[in-house]
Amino acid sequence: MKWFDYAAPGSLTEAFELLARHPGARPLAGGTDLLVQMRAGERQADLLVDVKRIPELNELGCDASGTLRLGAAVPCCVISESELVRRRWPALAEVAAMIGGVPIQSRASLGGNLCNAAPSADGPPVLMVLRAICRVAGPSGERRLPVEEFCIGPGKTVLAPGELLVGFEIPPPEPASGACYLRFTPRAEMDIAVAGAAAAVRVEGEAIGWARLALSAVAPTPLLVREAGEYLAGKPATEDAIRAAAEIARDAARPISDVRGTAEHRRRLVSVLAERALRVAVARAREAQA
Amino acid sequence: MSDRPYEVIGTRPVRHDGADKVTGRAKFGADVRLPGMVYGYVLRSPHAHARIRRLDTTRAEQFPGVLAVVTAADLPESPDRPVDLVEGTLPLRYVRANVLARDKVLYKGHAVAAVAAVNRHVAEEAASLIEVDYEPLPAVLDVLGAMREDAPRVHEDLRMREFGETTERAGNIAEHFRFVLGEVEPSPTGEGLVPKGFADADVIVEREFRTAMVHQGYLEPQNATALWNQDGRVYVWTSTQGAFSAREAIAWVLDLPVSRVCVYPMEVGGAFGGKIRIYLEPVAALLSRKCGRPVQIVMPRRDVFEATGPTPGTVIRVKMGARKDGRISAAQVWMAYETGAFPSGQCAFGAMCILAPYDIPNLVIDGYDVVVNKPSTAPYRAPGATQAAFAAESVVDELAEKLGMDPIEFRLKNAAREGTRRADGPKHARIGCVEVLEAMRNHPHYRAPLEGQNRGRGVALGYWFNIGWYSACTISVNPDGTVNLVEGSVDLSGTRTSIAMQAAEVLGLRPDQVHPVVADTDSIGPTAVTGGSRTTYATGWAAYEAAHDVIRQMKQRAAMIWDVEPAAISFERGVFRTGERTMTFAELAARLEETGGPVIGRGAVNPASAGGSFAGAIADVEVDPGTGKVRLLRFTSLQDAGRAVHPTAVEGQMQGGSAQGIGWALFEEYAWTAEGAMANSSLLDYREPTALDVPPIETVIVEVPDPEHPFGVRGVGEANIVPPPAAIANAVYRAVGVRLRQLPLKASALVDALRAREN
Repeated sequence: MKWFDYAAPGSLTEAFELLARHPGARPLAGGTDLLVQMRAGERQADLLVDVKRIPELNELGCDASGTLRLGAAVPCCVISESELVRRRWPALAEVAAMIGGVPIQSRASLGGNLCNAAPSADGPPVLMVLRAICRVAGPSGERRLPVEEFCIGPGKTVLAPGELLVGFEIPPPEPASGACYLRFTPRAEMDIAVAGAAAAVRVEGEAIGWARLALSAVAPTPLLVREAGEYLAGKPATEDAIRAAAEIARDAARPISDVRGTAEHRRRLVSVLAERALRVAVARAREAQA
Repeated sequence: MSDRPYEVIGTRPVRHDGADKVTGRAKFGADVRLPGMVYGYVLRSPHAHARIRRLDTTRAEQFPGVLAVVTAADLPESPDRPVDLVEGTLPLRYVRANVLARDKVLYKGHAVAAVAAVNRHVAEEAASLIEVDYEPLPAVLDVLGAMREDAPRVHEDLRMREFGETTERAGNIAEHFRFVLGEVEPSPTGEGLVPKGFADADVIVEREFRTAMVHQGYLEPQNATALWNQDGRVYVWTSTQGAFSAREAIAWVLDLPVSRVCVYPMEVGGAFGGKIRIYLEPVAALLSRKCGRPVQIVMPRRDVFEATGPTPGTVIRVKMGARKDGRISAAQVWMAYETGAFPSGQCAFGAMCILAPYDIPNLVIDGYDVVVNKPSTAPYRAPGATQAAFAAESVVDELAEKLGMDPIEFRLKNAAREGTRRADGPKHARIGCVEVLEAMRNHPHYRAPLEGQNRGRGVALGYWFNIGWYSACTISVNPDGTVNLVEGSVDLSGTRTSIAMQAAEVLGLRPDQVHPVVADTDSIGPTAVTGGSRTTYATGWAAYEAAHDVIRQMKQRAAMIWDVEPAAISFERGVFRTGERTMTFAELAARLEETGGPVIGRGAVNPASAGGSFAGAIADVEVDPGTGKVRLLRFTSLQDAGRAVHPTAVEGQMQGGSAQGIGWALFEEYAWTAEGAMANSSLLDYREPTALDVPPIETVIVEVPDPEHPFGVRGVGEANIVPPPAAIANAVYRAVGVRLRQLPLKASALVDALRAREN
């Protein structure tokens, strides 16, 4: 790893100044991806701008409407241990406890997980099915976009030079809704998803009100499969409907073969995991309904 | 317990190195700090196979902060000769070529040059300024492809050895050997031999197996700190399994007399066979000679994977026949091991073990060591045997099933015993094969009901022959009645304690009254490598001899005090006695000064052989047919320890070997790009099992003492890794009805096999 400089600004303004002055600068949150990539020579930076001391990126709480405001640099262990998140958005707490091991979770953040833009990231599919909105800020102001529009390719995002992901806004959970993320890893934990599926469902009586399904590690970016949700909306929550939605997800997947898995195995995994995730989400929604 | 023959052997004292290890005070190689020390970085080949057309280090040498740059041109050019590298003999030119490539790079990661600089980052940046002009050559990456006559050649000068003789045949087959027992006949093609006995077999199973190249996976990366002193001596601090074998190899590569090299063995953060070879030591020494300062190099994890020695991937074909009465009548084995860039001889080890658990009247084993453009392979815990047992024990399991026999009863019916001839010639001495199988059959795990869908139980047996070799110990008596035990065996696994316990048993002392010290090569007699499960066996034996030497000398001192003949003095349980007069060990120890000065006992042994060890495994698995994931529910490891000196340490070996075997079975493999680069050279994608993947491993120590050893000790470090992959594969079969014949047992392959069966 080559030498680099390090700065830890205390405000967004200061951070934007640093990023503007140093074209070779990169923001650093937990660093659990970035530092590994720099050591491996996959990414270079002359300056690392540590964003962990910026107040806006460390927010964790609800606003008056019940929307969760989650700073981009909040470490996963804080998310998974937050009573608020565990009660209102349990699938989010679960995925925060799934990424890496305990030491990694004390540094890694869901914001960093998204900005790293790995197709295999576990956080983004959950954020997508929870309808999270990204808050992106730069010297010229703030813009907002859904999580599913943030990644544009492996390692690539919509962030313009000098911009930062400030955090997420996640709408309050609807009544009778539930969510779940499942992934396949060869090992039990401490592993990267070969494929993953997140599902969120609202039930209305015996029927599905709406559903959202998103996948990891089976496309150049984490993938929201709108068609699967649209298919399920209004259908009775039966095994057949769930299986059919999972087949839609499988057909939407565009996996590659790499060292972690073959395209064929990933496709099969998508149908198995999407089906199981939907089943759990429905069960959780019914529990919430009861 | 009054029926126990020993006071110390078989107890579980606290380890002598325990406090240092748990407080982080133990010194590993990367902890070495010397005045004026600088840091090295090794530039490595990006190609699997290429000719070096030009190498220009000028820009690196001029980079600020750089103190020295070395290449193969800095290595001496003494005449080539064969050198004994512990695990096999290699031409010296190959040993040097692996340290720094001269004309050709033979694998991605092959060392090409090295830089010493004020810090590691400057050294790394300067190394990137070294200009190397490579002419890429076609790479040989597959063992079967490499054996073809028309395959590109890894070495132009390699000539196949066949049946112990060097032939004129050029190519990538380094060695072809054959073991034969019983009656054989020419094969129908006339090219080889086949055993008789298949004709009267009622069942014949013939299968082909593949295993992936895997790494020992130690946590501590290779490291070396070297000082080429101005008086011409070279001092090396390193993480090695053998201070003396490292000293010898460093001296050969640098063309120095061994006495000019001193090796300080540091604490070792895992080795498992992978820290016998030298890699960085001569490079650090050459850099030190050039810059006049001590130089430290620590490998990045990527280099550990790409440039140290993993264990060979294999293709193994096993054909076995058995009669209805349950007796195996014939076996034929064909095995090819990819040895990496240089010959390694591990196929022979596999061949020595593959059929060793069984008494088979007629057999033929053909083995091939094949060079390929991959890292030069090195021993890994029972080298070559785990791959072999996966193949043989899968076939044995299938035979038992076809005969409708219980898999353990079938093995018992064919089990090797004392006097059974091994495929490689010698007869088994007193072994515990039957006893281990009986312990498996009688274990509650084997009898426990296993309920639920997609669950199954598998068993397998494994053998490792163990080695003897030379060891030296000295024991000096302290005036307070304790002793210092100086030994040349690097402690990988608590052998300070298991060796000290053998001295304590003789001296009538508590283990904590023996203070063991692992010495550098200037301070103790030559001691062979910690490997081959030999250390507790052979160095423990040396400590036993040294302790007896102490007692002999102490008796002379007591005789002087009491004015009697030494022969009139007995020693038992720490007390010297003649007639009514007694003196404790401590009382006499306090009087050494007045009776002639210090007492120093010496022990030196060189046992030609050692008692082999058998291990068994019982595994319960659950398969998720949707994803292909295999979950281990329960695992039991059983092993013949001869006599367990420190049962906790023995259990630790069994659990460690089992955990590694589980890694082989389910996760671990080198993945390759089409160009021959390792595609998963990090601990993220090279998956070793974590604590969550390994269930609690139950252990059963079987004790069939080795009659040769004074305490009956057998080495226990290795046989335990041999059976787990086969046991798990057999369990998967019993769970879902498909047999996978490739390691690791991949989820995707399992789902493929399940779907293929449905169609």
